[in-house]
Amino acid sequence: MRVRVLLFARLRELSGREIVELDLEPGATVGDAWSRLCELVPSLAVFPHPPLAARNLEYAAPGEPVGEGDEIAFLPPVSGG
Amino acid sequence: MHRIVVEPLDVESAVREVGGAGMGGIAVFLGVVREFNAGRGVVAVEYHAYPAMAEKVMSRIGEALRQDFPGIRVAMLHRIGRLAVGETSLVVAIGAPHRREAFAALRLAVDRIKQSVPVWKKEFYSDGSEWLEPPATGDEASAGDRELPP
Repeated sequence: MRVRVLLFARLRELSGREIVELDLEPGATVGDAWSRLCELVPSLAVFPHPPLAARNLEYAAPGEPVGEGDEIAFLPPVSGG
Repeated sequence: MHRIVVEPLDVESAVREVGGAGMGGIAVFLGVVREFNAGRGVVAVEYHAYPAMAEKVMSRIGEALRQDFPGIRVAMLHRIGRLAVGETSLVVAIGAPHRREAFAALRLAVDRIKQSVPVWKKEFYSDGSEWLEPPATGDEASAGDRELPP
């Protein structure tokens, strides 16, 4: 299944990418998406595994299953306000 | 009103949003870009966001506060992009029938925004730049901001 991964802040800078399209096996989780992303973008492997994640605009744990067409985001520690 | 914006923040509009005939007190917080952080002179900051999720999280924070403090109104505006020292990055306004709820809800709103809204700050100094990492524990006002490890 195909998911779209968004990268932000330091992750975006490290990887040079804002958006990455990933193909994942059925049953894959958010954590699997991070692993696959690091295979495609090796510069991300220096970051803690896996960073804070969101799935379809909701915070998601690494064990959460992903679905076709999901929007996954990997988020460094937030520092807004 | 829970918005990520790029233009300078309209504080008056946030105040108007939370006013009303039943409101006895309106409490307002402005987050402002500071000149110094951990002894380094800040020349500018950039705020970056995941806008759709940030607005959703802010909206949820507002909803939860309205549950816990019945009768309040909430407005939150976070500016993103490049800001100079002295510019306002965040406005939170709470209108309440009584001041006690206005103050209490305002403090919680600001703390929760800073803990959970997907927004990131990058500071620019005369000799480089750093993404901010929030303190792990304790009162942010005393701990200050810390830099990410290289």
